[in-house]
Amino acid sequence: MPTTIIESKDFNLFYGDFQALKNINFQAEENTVTAFIGPSGCGKSTLLRSFNRMNDLIEGVQTTGETNINGISVYDKSVDVNELRKRIGMVFQKPNPFPKSIFENVAYGLRIDGIKDKHIIEEKVVSSLKKAALWDEVKDNLKKSALALSGGQQQRLCIARALAIEPSIILMDEPASALDPISTSKIEDLIYELKKNYTIIIVTHNMQQAGRISDNTAFFYMGELIECDDTKTIFTNPSNLRTQNYITGRFG
Amino acid sequence: MKKLKENIIEKLLFSSAIFTILTTLSIIGILLYEAIQFFEEVPLFDFLTDTQWTPLFDDKHFGILPLLSGTLLTSFIAIAIALPIGLSIAVYLNEYANKKFRKIIKPILELLAAVPSVVYGFFALIIVTPALQSFIPGMSGFNSLSAGIVMAIMILPFISSLSEDALFAVPKNLREASYGMGATRFQTVFRVTIPAANSGIIVSVILAISRAIGETMIVAIAAGQQPRLTANPLVPVETISAYIVQVSLGDVPHNSLEYRTIFAAGITLFAFTFLLNNVSFWLRKKYQRKYA
Repeated sequence: MPTTIIESKDFNLFYGDFQALKNINFQAEENTVTAFIGPSGCGKSTLLRSFNRMNDLIEGVQTTGETNINGISVYDKSVDVNELRKRIGMVFQKPNPFPKSIFENVAYGLRIDGIKDKHIIEEKVVSSLKKAALWDEVKDNLKKSALALSGGQQQRLCIARALAIEPSIILMDEPASALDPISTSKIEDLIYELKKNYTIIIVTHNMQQAGRISDNTAFFYMGELIECDDTKTIFTNPSNLRTQNYITGRFG
Repeated sequence: MKKLKENIIEKLLFSSAIFTILTTLSIIGILLYEAIQFFEEVPLFDFLTDTQWTPLFDDKHFGILPLLSGTLLTSFIAIAIALPIGLSIAVYLNEYANKKFRKIIKPILELLAAVPSVVYGFFALIIVTPALQSFIPGMSGFNSLSAGIVMAIMILPFISSLSEDALFAVPKNLREASYGMGATRFQTVFRVTIPAANSGIIVSVILAISRAIGETMIVAIAAGQQPRLTANPLVPVETISAYIVQVSLGDVPHNSLEYRTIFAAGITLFAFTFLLNNVSFWLRKKYQRKYA
């Protein structure tokens, strides 16, 4: 029996008067990759960000319904948002390394967590860079500014940064959309590798990418979760006509 | 016909540009010319090392140090007060205050820089000094402390507003990255936002220093007119700018050595502000490249 690790129940989200998510019911199981697809503005990024409450940063956001991560209701008043976010890694659309050294970028999460032991930090930085398949390229230049890396390397650095705090879930918001094809395929290989130990949700506009890397695919349209199923089923035999029209490129 | 008109307009614009450059150049030229004549009579070494400045007395001394110390002392007090307060305001407005509050408060803060400095000087002399005297008994009526405090109020918006601009320019996605890692607001501000904006913040501070060093009315009114090499903020001092005012208003004969002391003092002041402006220009250029 696979464990459900992310779950949204009757979840609604409003930006002021605008309802961005309508009655979402969604589940993701441990060590799977789920792709969120759908036209721009359909709410897929919003749902992704609702899992670690990044929407809190926007003024005027309100939610109803429930979101459970590892069995904990994340919108409960007793939940410490910072602790929640430490358990969930996040990778953004545009690589956003801090204007610090490569080493310090990866060490950031450990430092804000109050870890001072140099050996522990060093060990985790190295292992995270290895997991993110960046170690061989940067091992001699850990003190160099992260901004000097290429876009693809920066994105893998951001993944390493997210891995350093040992989350169980990784949220990726179009992580390869700003990258060239070679860097993109490196990221995809990496996601495939990470799946063994992490639960991954990835927002993507690239249908082939969704098909290549995900186990499950969820299709969103106008704030609704239209259908969520096995990726193969969604791409070959979707039950909803809008899903079929979207993935075959008839709209979107 | 149309082409002729375009031509005339272009020439007009060009000549106004040239006019500004020529004005600047001639000001520097006159400063240099008079200062060189001054240094023909007073050795540069004495100017830089003599600890007395008494050009209007019988026993003449031409050491710039007392004036320089007055200028640096008042500026130092002003910066020491304005920097922490200005930076706190900037951080608060940018990271904590809601948008509406920020929108209202920023122009009000900037108004502080629009108050004529003579008003500030008067304020320092008749309000701040008496107030301070009530709990610092030995304080003189003219002193660098109240001048410095009031100057801090005047330069506060330079630091708070320009630093806030610098913080505002830090890309949103850097903050998101930090919050996404589980950082608190405080950690994000001090570990990510401020370091990312540091060159812009430094530029704002340099501009404020430059403004403080050149500030004239406040110090001329409230700090006194006694050139004195001291670090004591409670006694009268004279700044370079205040000396220039004093002599320009007096009846010193033109083309005398006394008259030329203005230009020697002026060129010292100019050297300082010129240097600071260049440093800030250089930093700003470097800063702009970072997020291009």
